[in-house]
Amino acid sequence: MAEQPSRAAEPGGMRGGNIPPIGMQMGMGGGPGGPGARGMAPKVRAKNTSLTLRRIWGYLGRQRASLVYVLILTAISSLLSLAGPYLIGTAIDKYIIPKDYNGLVWLSCSLVAVYLLGALMTWYQSYVIIGVSQRTVRELRKDLFARLQLLPLPFFDGKTHGELMSRTTNDIENVSNTLNQSVTQLLSSVLTFVGALVLMLMLDVWMTVVSLITIPLVMLLTGQIAKRTRKYFTAQQQQLGELNGFIQETVSGQKVVKVFRREAKAAEEFDVINRKLNEVGIKAQIFSGTVGPAMNVINNINFAVIAAVGGWLAFNGLTSIGIIVSFLNYSKQFGRPINELANQFNVIQSAVAGAERVFEILDTASEYEENKGLKALTEVKGEVRLRGVTFSYKQGVPVLKNVTLTAKPGETIALVGPTGAGKTTIVNLLTRFYEIDSGEITVDGENVRELEKNSLRSQLGIVLQDAYLFSDTIRENIRYGRLDATDAEIEAAARLANADAFIRRLPEGYGTQLSAEGANLSQGQRQLITIARAILADPAILILDEATSSVDTRTEMHIQEAMNVLMKGRTSFVIAHRLSTIREADQILVIDGGEIIERGTHEELLAEQGFYYHLYTSQFKRVG
Amino acid sequence: MWKLRGYLKPYWKASLLAPLCMLLEVYMDLLQPKLMASIINNGVLTRNLQHIQSTGLAMIGIALVGLLGGIGCTIYSSIASQCFGTDLRRDLFSKVQSFSFRNLDHIPAGSLITRLTNDIVQLQNMVQMTLRTLIRSPFLAIGSLIMAVTISPKLAVVLAVVLPVLFLVLYLLIRFAFPLFSKVQNKLDQVNTVLQENLTGIRVVKAFVRARFENKRFDTANNDYTAIALKASRVVAINMPIMMLILNLSIVAVLWFGGHQVWESSLPVGDLVAFINYVTQVLMSFSMVGMILMNVSRAKVSADRVNEVMSTESEIKDRPHASEAAISQGRVTFDQVSFRYPSQQDLALRDISFTAEPGQTVAILGATGSGKSTLVNLIPRLYDTTKGHIRIDGTDVRDMALQHLRTCIGMVLQESFLFTGSIRDNIRFGKPEATDEEVEAVAKAAQAHDFIMKMPDGYNTRLGQRGINLSGGQKQRLSIARALLVRPAILILDDSTSAVDLGTESRIQQALRELMRTSTCFLIAQRISSVLDADKILVIDEGRIVAEGTHAELYRHSAVYQDIYRSQLGKEEVAHG
Repeated sequence: MAEQPSRAAEPGGMRGGNIPPIGMQMGMGGGPGGPGARGMAPKVRAKNTSLTLRRIWGYLGRQRASLVYVLILTAISSLLSLAGPYLIGTAIDKYIIPKDYNGLVWLSCSLVAVYLLGALMTWYQSYVIIGVSQRTVRELRKDLFARLQLLPLPFFDGKTHGELMSRTTNDIENVSNTLNQSVTQLLSSVLTFVGALVLMLMLDVWMTVVSLITIPLVMLLTGQIAKRTRKYFTAQQQQLGELNGFIQETVSGQKVVKVFRREAKAAEEFDVINRKLNEVGIKAQIFSGTVGPAMNVINNINFAVIAAVGGWLAFNGLTSIGIIVSFLNYSKQFGRPINELANQFNVIQSAVAGAERVFEILDTASEYEENKGLKALTEVKGEVRLRGVTFSYKQGVPVLKNVTLTAKPGETIALVGPTGAGKTTIVNLLTRFYEIDSGEITVDGENVRELEKNSLRSQLGIVLQDAYLFSDTIRENIRYGRLDATDAEIEAAARLANADAFIRRLPEGYGTQLSAEGANLSQGQRQLITIARAILADPAILILDEATSSVDTRTEMHIQEAMNVLMKGRTSFVIAHRLSTIREADQILVIDGGEIIERGTHEELLAEQGFYYHLYTSQFKRVG
Repeated sequence: MWKLRGYLKPYWKASLLAPLCMLLEVYMDLLQPKLMASIINNGVLTRNLQHIQSTGLAMIGIALVGLLGGIGCTIYSSIASQCFGTDLRRDLFSKVQSFSFRNLDHIPAGSLITRLTNDIVQLQNMVQMTLRTLIRSPFLAIGSLIMAVTISPKLAVVLAVVLPVLFLVLYLLIRFAFPLFSKVQNKLDQVNTVLQENLTGIRVVKAFVRARFENKRFDTANNDYTAIALKASRVVAINMPIMMLILNLSIVAVLWFGGHQVWESSLPVGDLVAFINYVTQVLMSFSMVGMILMNVSRAKVSADRVNEVMSTESEIKDRPHASEAAISQGRVTFDQVSFRYPSQQDLALRDISFTAEPGQTVAILGATGSGKSTLVNLIPRLYDTTKGHIRIDGTDVRDMALQHLRTCIGMVLQESFLFTGSIRDNIRFGKPEATDEEVEAVAKAAQAHDFIMKMPDGYNTRLGQRGINLSGGQKQRLSIARALLVRPAILILDDSTSAVDLGTESRIQQALRELMRTSTCFLIAQRISSVLDADKILVIDEGRIVAEGTHAELYRHSAVYQDIYRSQLGKEEVAHG
């Protein structure tokens, strides 16, 4: 395979196993990599490369055999690619110049065989490695997702969605690409380098020395360029991150921007960041782009040196034309691996760093692990007690202080109080989304710490403050409450929640597809669907956290009727601002500053003329 | 994709110089094998040492000239592509800024963000690649072809056979691969969707103990994606070996036929070697073009997505000669207003007529989805009416300059969206030049001052994304403060105290009455207690006004209102009342 130094062969490489990454340009969360950033942008360097590499090796699992297989195939195809130039040189020296017809026939046939075999090997090698890498990252992605399901809520509070998305997508993709390309390329680079060197030495020692002259030049140049490029790429990535952050936020809050007429101002701010990115971007691109022409010129010089010096040697009878031709090819195969090695090293570095971030999540403790050997909660009467519960999200800032309450089976407990008083926190603790600092929570006399979290949660029916719906049909969103529910049961639940009427008015009824942001329903309608979901779940203990705040009061009254049916015989916790919702409760707990300051029935609390009385009368004092 | 070429226009010099420099480099590259052949033919074979030396030096000189061209191309293509991306991004962002609410409903925020970030980077890379490689490869191919033909027209016949085969293979691959790419993208979207939803809805997932269900859902998406990605990658992986095989086999053919020509002495050996080099270059270049075409076809998807945004026109625009006159009083009149959302069949509002006098408070009550928010959104022209007119101080809102109209209207949206930054900056959002005293005054009115002062850094406390470290009620109060600061002639509160407790709410209302005495105020609320003092209460049902009047009037005459009232107070109170 004779070739003139051509940069065309450089990007993408005419080597097997070099599959352009497909599709994984991530959606929202993962910021786009900078142009040509791969391998150039020094992401966070891996902290413990060897350990991480060992873990990846472990991940390959059953794929390990395939990987070994791939390495063998790669070795063979690398050797075959070295055989080509050797045979061509031989053809010219031994058969064409001396006019050996039979020899040429024989040689052409062997060349065809070598090339066919080489192509086959290259193809098969990529075929296998693609399978290995795709399956490996599938497992990795699967494990990561499963782990996310196990992690406690505080973990999510501390991370932005973008960050977590980026780990599951970009970082994993990085690992995949590296497995896919870098590993085989690295091996073939090394093999080609060594193989070419050996063959060259065998052919002609002096010519080998001549060909090696430019190697230090290559190393020096790539090193220098890489150093400079790294600096500008870091700056570019940083600027790009800033820009993306700005875009993310402004576009998410676009309606607010409009209402306050900040469009021009936003565009102005954007322009500033955009321009900064432009400046560093141009520099980064120019520097990284120089690698191409630089390699090209080195190849050309090498080509010239080999041609000229080889010519001189041949002139003096020290070498042959065929050998010059072979060397012209080998020198090409020689320079490329060095360039690639430097490149692949960076790619692998960034992939290892990515893998490390992924493993970091995989290593985060599950909230369920302590559950082993714990009791499962099955038949629940619904007696809930909190004894001296104290809790803080941030250390030293207690949100609940020494809270004690008892809910007898079937009772309705209303939690009332100003925003930020800690009502939602109580819900978060009942579900064990968070762990209490001190005190004790029991259900039917069992300490919740000694119960399996999942068995506890499945006895609780919760309607949360923000009505979260999935991008699926309305029917499936309601079915989320109980996966084996029939369509008839779903509709019955919707009727109870007073959602049936509006759902039927939609053009597609229960089959209406909801978007992730649920923009096609009003806030109140979304709440009705989440209520239907909780009704369907038919839990032993019901928790309504401001479930109806965006529903108008008449609709709420209808829901309330349904709820009354539902709450009968179930322990229920209700958080609401509207006192009409809670006046029927068996117990009303008034919470302020993390403490229960009043408790009793509606009538009792009114008679007490305390906090509750003021809340209540502020609503009604001017009526009538 | 071609539509975007205009963005290269301001940089036409760079866009032109880049391929020209590349041309120089390519030309220099093309000379090399020819000179090498000359060394063999005229130097080695004719034993001319002088020729070998001078030609060798010439080759190095030529290589250096080529370097100039290469670096020039890199510089100019970087400038052109980066500036292209910068300008495109700027315009796209401005475009999004000009979007009406209707446009924003049409393209979800997530998608807009991807277009502004990923898609533009894709296109920018594509331009750069085009200016560098896409130009280089055909030049190199055509140049090599010409050189090959000049060396030996007879041997060039081999190329005439091989090239069509090469093109055919490329064509087939692209035909097979391209539909796969879009499938890969779709499946990937599904993986991302499941992931995104699980992150956002993690509480729901945990509360309903659906981890296993979600894992299964993710597995399905993950497996689907892997399967299709595997297929696509493997199709692409065929490309290289086949190209290499075609390339190498044609070299064997050249060697074979060339060998015969050498024997017939119609071709010098050096020329044969050069010819082989040129052939390699032709085929390499073409297969590169193939690779690039695959990338270009992927970039086309991005271009389409960008163009979709670019071609979306906001239907809400200033009319010519729009009035700049200030809203002096704030009398708002609805005159038989009807409205329909584009995606829906039914009217959201029908024949709404009423007048809000300056300084009045108009409260709007109604069932979920009855059209309350829609109604107030029409006042600042967030949407335009389908039928009828809205007038402020006698002027149709569509005849007023938009910028001006909205400056005079303060609005608190149902969803309180806060930005990353300090609390002070968030309150100052509508009026960045406001003094600290002004900020504090409105925060006090919105009952936010106390909780702000309890925070470690007070007004300088930085909020996380979307105000993540605040409770719902706190966010709402900051949004109210933000709207109050602009001292609007017309204030709109869209259910903006739903997460605020009653006591706080009544204090906010008290403060509003003092602060906004001269402003016309629209108030959407759920609680009767919130609307008791309103000068006018509109009860909306299924897009119509079904009752209108003060609390006292409605309480006496409107059955619907009594119904709502009863739902909140319970029967006894009504009886006593």
